[in-house]
Amino acid sequence: MSYIEIRDLHKTFFHHGEGLEVLNGIDLDVEKGTIYGIIGFSGAGKSTLARCINRLETPDSGSIKVGDVDILKLSKKELLEQRKKVGMVFQNFNLFDSRTVYRNIAYPLEISGVSKEKIRERVLETAELVGLSDKLDSYPGGLSGGQKQRVGIARALVNKPEVLISDEATSALDPQTTLQILDLLKEINKKSGITILMITHELNAVRYSCSQMAVLENGRFLEKGSVESIFNNPKSHTGELFTKVLEEFQNISFSGGEGI
Amino acid sequence: MSLMDASLWEVIRASFNPDIWKELLVPIGETIYMTLISSVIVLVFGVLLGICLTLTSPDGLLPLRISYTTVGWLINVLRSLPQMVMIILMIPVARLFFGKSYGTNACIIAIAASCIPMYARIVESALLEIEKGKIEAAKSIGSTNRQILFKVVIPETLPSLIRGFTVAVIAIISMTALAGMFGAGGIGDIAVRFGYQRFQHDRLFACVYILIILVQITQGVGNVISNRILKTRNLI
Repeated sequence: MSYIEIRDLHKTFFHHGEGLEVLNGIDLDVEKGTIYGIIGFSGAGKSTLARCINRLETPDSGSIKVGDVDILKLSKKELLEQRKKVGMVFQNFNLFDSRTVYRNIAYPLEISGVSKEKIRERVLETAELVGLSDKLDSYPGGLSGGQKQRVGIARALVNKPEVLISDEATSALDPQTTLQILDLLKEINKKSGITILMITHELNAVRYSCSQMAVLENGRFLEKGSVESIFNNPKSHTGELFTKVLEEFQNISFSGGEGI
Repeated sequence: MSLMDASLWEVIRASFNPDIWKELLVPIGETIYMTLISSVIVLVFGVLLGICLTLTSPDGLLPLRISYTTVGWLINVLRSLPQMVMIILMIPVARLFFGKSYGTNACIIAIAASCIPMYARIVESALLEIEKGKIEAAKSIGSTNRQILFKVVIPETLPSLIRGFTVAVIAIISMTALAGMFGAGGIGDIAVRFGYQRFQHDRLFACVYILIILVQITQGVGNVISNRILKTRNLI
């Protein structure tokens, strides 16, 4: 049984009367508790797909189910409640600069009217999970990129969501920090069994943390399957391209080392 | 003392004469009173209108074309009137409200009519400064529009709102001086009656000092508050 079930999703954006088909018949099944990678070049429709899952974007047609909930049939009020069950992490962190780390993490609970003591308990717990216990009184402005993303992850997790959507969460970070954040996501996945949808253009990130993946191009999935099978035997052009680019990068770094 | 029969230096020295300043105490009070009351009115209505504009704009949280266009049009109409024309135009309105078409309170109406639209535009541009990603994040967490406005947009843009308010208060101070010409009292009244009509340039100079001091204090306080917030947030 798949936990996230997307069927025949279409979305067209209109710009100056010209239509651009961003999602063009997306089918996706994500099992509960997996880390699922969605990879594609910029403009492939990755972010739009992510935004459809908690209806920050309304698709033109198709269906999205998360658990037993039909996302596209929810009323406005139900939608707000549903969004609390889907955490989202962003490339640019999107933290609130006016709030301390503590109050950033507390925000989702605060808007749900949770009591102060409960908030405190939950925030401390989540901060410890992401390794930020000593930064609670700092403001995001004074944190490093990796720390900021930890706050972002904590803020997304504090409501104990069932799904975490990571929209290019590591794309603004250096390789070492990326690795730390990916480790954190894997650890969280292991501990709580949360389903993680990892949207990225970094092949390494997918290879490192996902078990299943899909390759997106021009609003369509070119291939889907286990990470291993796609890496070893890419069927699509994009899949192949990604693997090639990866190999080339590895070659460059080797030969570069020799040259100097 | 006039510049026509005394040197500049003598007039400057005379402008510090305690007798002149004693006479200025009441006008200073009037100017401060007008500025304070007008500032509060401008703050309240300017923020409300600015929020209304931002919310109902086509890219806003509650797009509503009718309201956006109407409010925008009204603001543009009010802003196209020079301050002096606004004061003259508001004379009958003041008579309607206070039964008196001149005086300090009457001029507050004109100041409000002139400065609210200006501050509303400043508020609008300050609120629009917020990164769209922050709003998106707040939405993804399940925030209502009200929560996004009061817990995210306004706190995030507070330093800009404060700096904009400083600009508005300074505009208000300058308008109180103009209003002095139309029976509002205050520093402007002294500058016109003594400085312009009677060539008493020592008094005129004293008025200039006071206006400079008032503006400097306003700007200083605005800067200190907004910088302190930015510093706390580690943004500067």
